[in-house]
Amino acid sequence: MIIDFFEILLNAGFWAATIRIACPLIFATLGELICERAGVLNLGIEGIMTAGAMVGWTAVYLGADLPTGILYAALVGALFGLLHANFTVHLGASQHVTGIGITLLASSLSYFAFRLILPSSTTPPKIEAFQPLQIPLLSDLPFFGPVLFQHTGFTYLAFLSVPLTMWLINKSPFGLAIKMAGENPMALEAQGINVLTIRTLAVMIGSAFMAIGGAYLTMSAFNAFYFGMINGRGWIAIALVIFASWKPKQALLGALLFAGLDAYQVRAQQLAGAFIPYQFFLMLPYVLSIFAMVIAAKKTRYPKALLIPFRRGERH
Amino acid sequence: MTKVSKKFGTLTANENISFSVSKGEILAVLGENGAGKTTLMNVIFGHYIPDSGTIALKGVRMRSGDTKAAIKSGIGMVHQHFTLAENLTVLENILIGRNPLWGWTLNTKAAEQKIMDISERFGLKIDPHARVLDLSVGEKQRLEILKTLYSNCDLVILDEPTASLTPQEVDNLFVTIQSMVKSGLSVILISHKLDEILKVSDRILVLRHGKVVADMARVKANKALLAELIVGRKIKRPIQKKAKFTSNVLDLNSINTSPTQGSPMGLKNIDLELRGGEIHGIAGVAGNGQRALCELIAGQIKPQSGNLAYKGVLVNSFNVKKFMAMGIAYIPEDRNIDGVIGDMSIQENSVLSELNNPKIATPRGFLLLKECAAYAKTICKKYDVRTQSLSQPARLLSGGNVQKLLIGRWLERNPNVIIACQPTRGLDEGAIAAVHSMLLNAKSDGRAILVVTEDLDELLLISDKVSVMYNGSLTAAKQAKKLEKREIGLMMTGSKIEETIR
Amino acid sequence: MRLEARDHVPEWLTFLVPILAIFFSLFVAATLLIIADAPPLESFYYLIKGAFGSKNAIAETGARATPLILTGLAAGIAFRAKFWNIGAEGQLYAGAIAVTVVGTGAINLPSTLMIPFLFLVGALAGAVAILPSVILKQLFKVDEVVTTLLMNFIIILFVSFVLDGPLKDPMSMGWPQAASIVDSGVLPQIMERTRLHFGFIVAIVTALMIWFILGKTTFGFKIRAVGYNSSAAYHSGHSVIKTMILVACISGGLAGLAGVTETAGLKGYLTLDLSPGFGYTGIAVAMLAALNPIGIVFSAIFLATIYVGADSMSRAMNVPTYLADVVVAVTVLSVLISLVLTQYKFYFKSNSK
Repeated sequence: MIIDFFEILLNAGFWAATIRIACPLIFATLGELICERAGVLNLGIEGIMTAGAMVGWTAVYLGADLPTGILYAALVGALFGLLHANFTVHLGASQHVTGIGITLLASSLSYFAFRLILPSSTTPPKIEAFQPLQIPLLSDLPFFGPVLFQHTGFTYLAFLSVPLTMWLINKSPFGLAIKMAGENPMALEAQGINVLTIRTLAVMIGSAFMAIGGAYLTMSAFNAFYFGMINGRGWIAIALVIFASWKPKQALLGALLFAGLDAYQVRAQQLAGAFIPYQFFLMLPYVLSIFAMVIAAKKTRYPKALLIPFRRGERH
Repeated sequence: MTKVSKKFGTLTANENISFSVSKGEILAVLGENGAGKTTLMNVIFGHYIPDSGTIALKGVRMRSGDTKAAIKSGIGMVHQHFTLAENLTVLENILIGRNPLWGWTLNTKAAEQKIMDISERFGLKIDPHARVLDLSVGEKQRLEILKTLYSNCDLVILDEPTASLTPQEVDNLFVTIQSMVKSGLSVILISHKLDEILKVSDRILVLRHGKVVADMARVKANKALLAELIVGRKIKRPIQKKAKFTSNVLDLNSINTSPTQGSPMGLKNIDLELRGGEIHGIAGVAGNGQRALCELIAGQIKPQSGNLAYKGVLVNSFNVKKFMAMGIAYIPEDRNIDGVIGDMSIQENSVLSELNNPKIATPRGFLLLKECAAYAKTICKKYDVRTQSLSQPARLLSGGNVQKLLIGRWLERNPNVIIACQPTRGLDEGAIAAVHSMLLNAKSDGRAILVVTEDLDELLLISDKVSVMYNGSLTAAKQAKKLEKREIGLMMTGSKIEETIR
Repeated sequence: MRLEARDHVPEWLTFLVPILAIFFSLFVAATLLIIADAPPLESFYYLIKGAFGSKNAIAETGARATPLILTGLAAGIAFRAKFWNIGAEGQLYAGAIAVTVVGTGAINLPSTLMIPFLFLVGALAGAVAILPSVILKQLFKVDEVVTTLLMNFIIILFVSFVLDGPLKDPMSMGWPQAASIVDSGVLPQIMERTRLHFGFIVAIVTALMIWFILGKTTFGFKIRAVGYNSSAAYHSGHSVIKTMILVACISGGLAGLAGVTETAGLKGYLTLDLSPGFGYTGIAVAMLAALNPIGIVFSAIFLATIYVGADSMSRAMNVPTYLADVVVAVTVLSVLISLVLTQYKFYFKSNSK
């Protein structure tokens, strides 16, 4: 019986599921990472993911093609990011409260708009979501085929966004400006670069990522929009950013690790469901996130200017 | 520059200032805190827009308020407080702003080469891949200067560059400045240290209350003349009363502490004796463990080994409340961060430490608001804290008034030991004199006082005994009146340490 | 555009904040109504009617305000100490669970003892629920926003578990709900034939108590001092850690009280949908009232009005009920704007040459 628990790890389905489950987390964690590197804590992530999920899905439902749906989601994410930045970056309002306000706003607007467009029905309507791609030769490999090469295009996009973010943060001048904005914004200003602009853009880009992560759920993982479907993934992403020490590669690792534990928990449920109620398995992701934060807390080097609003003229 | 005028809020920071700098010249700008030096430099550099006046570089008029343009035309500034990102590398700190923001690459290789070239030319040794966090203060300053040289500046402004340097590092800096000037650069040096200015500058500009009061060649200047120009009035130096010592109030014996967040080096074998009626001054460049020493005596940190005795009795538990009850007062160096709560009223700040005082609150925990007001009023009157109303938030108080409030608050508790860490930093002459008076009066009341200061003049002015902190160790105490500044400066860099440490 | 901090914020300006916020959120509501094809004025009429139009309506509003006052106080007192407790939702349910465990038959006392006992148990449970987060914060510097929030998910899953199993009401015919609170524990109605119950009084009295503590006691002083500047408070001899833990526990306890009022007062038994987000709405309540305990009572009544009124309005005008949530969310954000507007002076860019 115990052996069954180990056998889960040999199952190709488990690994494929891990990759699928990781995708929204990858987008969300990278998005939050970009915001925080610039010095802004974006607690609106859960709401923005909800909005992305709803907008992406609805766009497709109303006739757009899938890639355009992603674009709409990203756009809406960026708009909420702009709103967040207006409060936190330009007005210097509390990043904690603003984030919670944005989460409430983005979620409630999403639900409101959804209900407006689609009045209640017993069965939630579906769309034609992203289908797994067939890659010649690779998709048919034993074990590695289903694990790595039978995913949707959206999934590959998620993994591509990691090197993209790495390039952005570490190799591009814009990325250096973002890092500087989060470490010592006065140094940035000393070079004549507008800190507020950089932070705003970073938050917008990060929020777009988050929204795309939400859209993944309704356009690739599933094909319908449910209320409460984000289910805390946004908050988990915040824990993962700290766990990843604000580095994109480690964010990927964290997301995969977490997704693996989540995929495992689902399968373990089926085995042990008789003894341990399923709710405790469902609790695991959240408990683990808290643990991740505790472990990471000791070694962290926060971006120095995180949470501190920047005002021109108010120096030192 | 002709007739630059800058109004700042309700204060006229710069009024009708005109001056010029020639190529290859070192101009020193002198003035006390608040005279308008930094504001003026920020105007030149484009951080602030002047209300009137123009700035011209090499004959070409410059657009005001445009830092980018200022940098482009060749002005570089090394700020007093470093503008470095600690978590990033040297290279990243230099590269910021060098490449077009929307470009694809950072061009790191070319940059590294250029850094090496400048390093060699001006003698500024540095490792491009080091994390700034790991650099020493002197190295960080080298990085700052490197940044300006990297931009091919014609004019470099140095704002209080020697604030945290040891005398040795100061000499190195001046060598660098000389080599910069020989290459054809012009340097504006902002400082309030008369000795240094007289040593290295070609011309001196003196500001007072926002106006130019003197513009002279260095050869025509001397210390006395400059001091008078800066202050413009006769300063009342507090009268040193004859000291009346009592027995040791505080004894530290072979104290060792482990490195903490605030003090990365920890204390090493500290021996210290504090007597009532005596001021013991601790000199030393910031970062050598002074903070740890203050926090130890205040009860905030526990020694790893060694013991601390208060009035002859060994102390076993270390917490702030207990030490306060014993009669130890700690005036921290960052008064706005650790001393006063800016958003609370002056009244509330006055009673902040008195919640256990039966005069302020009942034993059950109910505040006696009328008494609080009376208490606050007493403090403000007794210690000359100038404010329009007691219910104003404390952040509206000037630095001097904040310090008077803090010291007064402690003095009202009748402490036996007072620890004052950098008590006059950032204060104007009047406030400095007031604080010195308060400390000297406390001394003659029989209290034991420990003053930690980087200001050697202050140290020699008010201390009876002096020790120097270097690398976590304390030198033996010597009589203040027998010490020369140079001697202390040397001790601060560890040269005479072997002979002076027990 | 530049911002310059005002030296002194005049009193009247601070009162303007919630008023501006309310106006702005109603403006947004009107916009959404127009988008939803519902005439705003008529809709607002139905909203007001739904909240105050009859004795029943007023009672509903009061009943809805009860948990909001308590979760508002929970958020308010925690935020004062800069402890961002987002876990009021979970703490509420913790209180509800505790009350169900002791109040459905295990212990039986006369009403005058039972009711205070239930409140005590609920408050304790709420305090226990928040304890892990505050301890992690003090010991390991772990951000409490995320931990209190994640606890919400964990606790609600736990509620689901107990309703499926240990606390399931055998007489509920398969429906996941717990047994009813014993009669002696049920909070009496204070308005006949309505749902307005004693909890409303408890909530208001609690608000008064918190107001008193914050303003007139040394403990309240410490809370404020630690919230404004914990370092300076520490240097003056206050134990920041002790204060924070106490504040957090009080905050959790207040939210736990909300669990009691809903279980023993409004519904009579524990279900999974006991709280439609009261914990989160409490944050909006607190922000709107600038963390002032007395203000929180009014702000809670205001938001209760929105919710109760929106219920009937949405039925009458065929508008999604989520409108109320949008209004609440906008309120939080408009409070923030209003705060900035009153604390800073705006300067629009003018290049003086």
